[in-house]
Amino acid sequence: MAKEKNGYLSARESRRISKENRRIMGEYEKKRKRKNVDENEYLTTMHDKNNAVEFDNLHSYFFTDAGTVKSVDGVSFNVPIGKTVGIVGESGCGKSVTSLSLMQLLQRPQGQIVDGEIRLNRGEKAYNIAETPQEIMQDLRGNAISMIFQEPMTSLNPVFRIGDQVDEVIELHEGKGKTKEEIRKQTIEALELVGIANATGVAEMFPHELSGGMRQRVMIAMALACHPRVIIADEPTTALDVTIQAQILDLLRELKDKINASIMLITHDLGVIAEMADYVVVMYAGRIVEKGTAEEIFYHPAHPYTLGLMASKPVVGKEVDELYSIPGKVPNPVNMPDYCYFKDRCEMCLECCKGEYPGEIHLSDTHVVSCYRYYEEHKEEAAQKVNKELMAIASMAAKNDKEVAEDVK
Amino acid sequence: MTKYITKRILLAIVSIWIITLITFFTMNAIPGGPFNKEKATSAAVIATLEARYNLDKPLGEQYVLYMTNLLHGDWGISLHSGRDIWTDIWSRFQVSAKLGGRAAAVAIVIGIVLGSIAALTRNKLPDRLIVFFTTLGTAMPSFVLATLLLLVFCLKLSLIPVWSSSDPNYILPVIALSVYPMAYITRLTKTSMLDALNQDYVRTARAKGVSKVKVIFVHALRNALIPVITYVGPMVAYILTGSMVVENIFTIGGLGSVFVTSINNRDYPVIMAVTIFLAILMVIANLLTDIVYKLVDPRIKLD
Repeated sequence: MAKEKNGYLSARESRRISKENRRIMGEYEKKRKRKNVDENEYLTTMHDKNNAVEFDNLHSYFFTDAGTVKSVDGVSFNVPIGKTVGIVGESGCGKSVTSLSLMQLLQRPQGQIVDGEIRLNRGEKAYNIAETPQEIMQDLRGNAISMIFQEPMTSLNPVFRIGDQVDEVIELHEGKGKTKEEIRKQTIEALELVGIANATGVAEMFPHELSGGMRQRVMIAMALACHPRVIIADEPTTALDVTIQAQILDLLRELKDKINASIMLITHDLGVIAEMADYVVVMYAGRIVEKGTAEEIFYHPAHPYTLGLMASKPVVGKEVDELYSIPGKVPNPVNMPDYCYFKDRCEMCLECCKGEYPGEIHLSDTHVVSCYRYYEEHKEEAAQKVNKELMAIASMAAKNDKEVAEDVK
Repeated sequence: MTKYITKRILLAIVSIWIITLITFFTMNAIPGGPFNKEKATSAAVIATLEARYNLDKPLGEQYVLYMTNLLHGDWGISLHSGRDIWTDIWSRFQVSAKLGGRAAAVAIVIGIVLGSIAALTRNKLPDRLIVFFTTLGTAMPSFVLATLLLLVFCLKLSLIPVWSSSDPNYILPVIALSVYPMAYITRLTKTSMLDALNQDYVRTARAKGVSKVKVIFVHALRNALIPVITYVGPMVAYILTGSMVVENIFTIGGLGSVFVTSINNRDYPVIMAVTIFLAILMVIANLLTDIVYKLVDPRIKLD
């Protein structure tokens, strides 16, 4: 992206970008808005029948007036049926955009899936979400895939009663041939399922009459009402206090097993991940830097960014003067470097890190990392350049997390 | 709810009383009197007339007298025409209300529809056209618009007949009266609609699989209307009582023109009556607004 030296765009440059954006967005929108799309265009086959969702080289971009933001830039991972996949990373790393892409809820027309596939397993059929037209998407949302948002305080419509809001989703997807009373009965059951006492009374209330924890329970009831195969939980506990947080997480885990759904858990809280996830995906600046099973990530973290994340958490029973923090800041999303995105903040850089973005290295069948340190030819150099202190704090924090989580279970 | 309404009515009575006080003393402070005509009238005649209408008494006493009569349901008679004020005001109000009611309905319906369209087509052609015309609508004074309409459609094109009380043609006056509030409602609706569409609950609705149309007209619009209601209540009261400018230009004998002529004539009881009438309407409109507000937004507590 062309940029002026002082960091600001000239008016002419900005106009050129927005004109270009309009053209690009127009093309994508035209494609999106087509009517009567042939089924073959969006039906696909899963690469593995045991996966609920497969993200395959997903690219989701935002065409802003300051330039193209590559929020998700080539992300691939699988969500196996009945498992929980934790996606972790700092704000703006693309974890929410990944999940919104799966729902086709990117802020259009600026946000577009420009490349890659998202395959959704619906038993007999598999959908490629990237190509699925609007009408079909409406049927999938809230039905096959549902989402729990991070802001229970504002995610419910303030002017409608709780019962009506839950009714709506049931009516949309499972309401055929049902009377209002039958739907309401199902709503009450859904509310009871998430542990709301006096569900009949709560159904008549407005959102502002409920506490944050209650509202999040309502959101979960709404998300689970139609027995989805995939539940996206986008920082479901961020806005809640710690005791409620634990309750909500337990509830999610319990309900997931009950309906055999998969959970995509998005969070920046490693404690939550340790407690909930079977698989972990670590994202940084729109790309996956490391992925693997929870054991692999917590007992053998490999990528320097993962180590940094782990090290910046307080550890139970250990007193420190100052918590570790990863130095530097995330590169400008409009102007990403052409080498490893984490290089400038990395404390364990090698000579070769100046080169192009590192490829994926398999440490085991499931454990994948994108870092030059694990290339066969750089292993020796890597062994010399180790920040022992960072490694020590990180592994202690990670083990602590995992042990606490095991205790909880 | 009843308690709240009772409280509001009591408060309203107090504010109307204060309005009578202020109006009574300021209008008497204006130089001139009801019997000062261009043609000189002899001092003796004026004195007799003033004595007859109690205008020779001290102001305080006049006020007490006026209020006592008013509380007995007597609005007095016009010093100018000698007719009963209440019958006059009531019949004139019906003329204004018929016109104003139509104008208010047009303004609200078209305003909300245009505002929603503008919000949904943001920065595209329909939005830009709507923004242009609403800016024009809010900027153009009603007397310019009314005169223009008369000139073009009645005189030059002879498409629409000039207003007559026996066969009223509402089109032009309704346009002249409704353009400003319509433009204002359009802009209000657009802003609050854009705001509502960006709210988390709209995203939730879409995540539930609700269709786009339903998201807009069920989930967003109801929330978007909350600020619009605040404006619409007093606007309706204002428009019902008639615009002096528009009524004068179209020579419609409504309440607005009564107000102007009564002030010009220093017709004290008429000025008082029209002011109080307007105040009562305003108070009712505000109370209704608050109640509608509560019905639309359950978060609002009236007490």
